[in-house]
Amino acid sequence: MLLYKKPSLLTDTNMHYCPGCSHAVVNKIIAEVLEEMNIGTENIIGVSPVGCGVFIYNYIDIDWVEAAHGRAPAVATGVKRMNPDKLVFTYQGDGEVTAIGTGEVIHACNRGENIAIIFINNAVFGMTNGQMAPTTPLGMKTTTCPDGRDPQLNGYPLPMAQLFADIQGTCYVTRQAVNTYKAVKNTKKAIRRAFDYSLQRKGTSVVEIICACPTNWKMTPVEANKYISDFSVKTFPLGDLKRP
Amino acid sequence: MFHHLLLTAVHATIQQGNVNIDNNRCKGCGLCVATCPAKTLQLSNNVNTRGYNFSQQLRPNRCIGCASCALICPDACITVFRTGLRKTI
Repeated sequence: MLLYKKPSLLTDTNMHYCPGCSHAVVNKIIAEVLEEMNIGTENIIGVSPVGCGVFIYNYIDIDWVEAAHGRAPAVATGVKRMNPDKLVFTYQGDGEVTAIGTGEVIHACNRGENIAIIFINNAVFGMTNGQMAPTTPLGMKTTTCPDGRDPQLNGYPLPMAQLFADIQGTCYVTRQAVNTYKAVKNTKKAIRRAFDYSLQRKGTSVVEIICACPTNWKMTPVEANKYISDFSVKTFPLGDLKRP
Repeated sequence: MFHHLLLTAVHATIQQGNVNIDNNRCKGCGLCVATCPAKTLQLSNNVNTRGYNFSQQLRPNRCIGCASCALICPDACITVFRTGLRKTI
């Protein structure tokens, strides 16, 4: 009896991600959810980011738009307003949501656009070799804070999910992780809910996912996942922050 | 008592699940090896076409068919089959 196989929407292309990268897990979960929803690939439009996740359009076999850095919610707004019956979602990293594209994402949520935003929070700027990001937890070492993040010098980690939950336009805000198989199951349910709410036009749904970047954290994949369970969840507690 | 012993013996010897790993897609991150509750998987000493030590199932008769390895695998290279006995994940 077949219990699990690679989702058919995931292409056979070998992913460019480093071994153990959580981006790949999330890509796989999105492909599984879209396959389960069974609404036809012509009714799904994704907006891909700039950063490590940029090649997602090679991996999931649906229609994609590539946006300028940080501008995915603005592009998704236009796509969704022209195609109100289709599922439109963005896939963004923490460089986009918390740094260069904060204005776009905050205002897309404030307008209550009926899109789903999948926010990959791996605490570093991965594509440019692991500089400190606004979401780096206090004390974590990166190439631009080699002694660990100091709040006097670098400020505090930005809790984006709490900000989204306070905005009236959002309908569903949750923070999940993919470091254990139970967390993977919860994340899959959360992404399914977010896609359903955006199809039902209830407002903006945001799924923040705490991810591991073993290469830039200078850890093995197993150690990086353990670091999330032990330390990252103290800065970014998991769970639903807002439900419709 | 006898029934319990028999059941233990059956669980120890009869395979409950089976995994099929796409060796050339695997990147050898080792997450499946760490997450497997029955410790059936191990990284190979050989390398695949891309130079990674791929994951393989060394003790298939201990597999319980829980699909934890497939859920955690970043590259979706594990296919899991259930071969009977257990009914729920």
